[in-house]
Amino acid sequence: MAFKLILGAWLSIILIVGFSFPITTNPTNWYDLPFVPGLEDKARILFFHVPMAWVTTLAFIISLIYGIKYLTKKNLDYDIISSSSAGLGMMFCVLATVTGSLWAKFTWGSFWNWDPRETSIFVLLLIYGAYFALRSAIDGDEKKATLSAVYAIIAGITVPFFIFIMPRIVEGLHPNEAIVSQGKISMNKTMLVIFLSSLAAFTGLFFWILNLKVRAARLESKYYLKGE
Amino acid sequence: MVESIKIILTIFKKDLYSELRTRYALNALLMFVITTLSIILFSIGNESVSPELLSGVLWIIIFFSTMSGLSRTFVSEEERGTVMTLHLIAKPLKIYFGKLLFNLALLLGLNIFTVALYLLFVTSFSVGNYAIFITTIILGTLGLASGSTIIAAIIAKANTKGTLYPVLSFPILLPLLLTVINATKLSVENALFAEALGEFQILFSYLIVLTVISFLLFEFIWKE
Repeated sequence: MAFKLILGAWLSIILIVGFSFPITTNPTNWYDLPFVPGLEDKARILFFHVPMAWVTTLAFIISLIYGIKYLTKKNLDYDIISSSSAGLGMMFCVLATVTGSLWAKFTWGSFWNWDPRETSIFVLLLIYGAYFALRSAIDGDEKKATLSAVYAIIAGITVPFFIFIMPRIVEGLHPNEAIVSQGKISMNKTMLVIFLSSLAAFTGLFFWILNLKVRAARLESKYYLKGE
Repeated sequence: MVESIKIILTIFKKDLYSELRTRYALNALLMFVITTLSIILFSIGNESVSPELLSGVLWIIIFFSTMSGLSRTFVSEEERGTVMTLHLIAKPLKIYFGKLLFNLALLLGLNIFTVALYLLFVTSFSVGNYAIFITTIILGTLGLASGSTIIAAIIAKANTKGTLYPVLSFPILLPLLLTVINATKLSVENALFAEALGEFQILFSYLIVLTVISFLLFEFIWKE
């Protein structure tokens, strides 16, 4: 209960601070955010979009780990965690795609440009979609758990290939160059603190919802096991 | 070792004979390639299309014909109820390699047919560097067979087999497809062989990674 309240308050503060702190070319006050050339006010997406993309990846990795655990131990509880995490990951993946796409419209001029990051999140979205299509097409819990875990592993293995392939096809547009250049981060302290606390808050949010989902799914499976 | 290879070859031969007897996959695949190609030729008409674009179209034909036929090997075992017999005869890994070999043979034949037709009829598509083109077709076929075989094994256990196959395969085959399309473009542009080396490295490592991961995971799928 306390965790929920703290998390709610924390996220609200980040939301207010992230949108209201002024961006100036010459930050002097503690609440000033630095001016990033080419991004201006649109730099604020950093506080929300990047944590969403991070949670998407985190959810996929957790789903993968518990999928592997299921394959070795054959304990259906691991499958509950794995599939709940994948469900949440899909939600955050859609959120990250939509926010990123809207931002791209105003910065790069079109909703979709096949930038390497856009492509990788698109592939992640496809994998999540295929994962749930597979799960809904299989009868029997053990069969469903095994096959979807195997599929997640195979899909996860092919994702790193895009790191090598995409730069050969299109040039990157992503502004990580503008924010992190030559190992030097052009965020000031305020910006960094807001960004890192937002990252922590989104991670907390993810684990809180995951916990709820897993508990609900456990109750559901118990109910069905008893036979009505 | 020799014993395992014998068993793998036996499974390959069994699939080959049963395919030659019914010609189920073969006929469907050949007709699929011909219909798709004729649709493309009709839609091109008298327009002049750039060869770079046509190198992508070639792989679209190959991808979808793969999706329409390669799941047969595993799906037919489930449909005819012969899975249990196979379980008794051989260990999972030997079955996997037997099936992979069969899919590879089928896909290689199919791709040779597709490419020959494509070069004959699509006149604006002309290959400059044949060394790159042939290497791409061979490496692409190997990777495509490896990726689609393991997915075929998964969907054979599901309820809606036909529609699920391309849905599950696409994210996994996408790195391969992007790379082969790129390499085919290079062959059309008459690039040097060394320029396409990066593409071949990706294709080769993709093939190795997918075959090894399938090798490790096939047992879990097969025992379900």
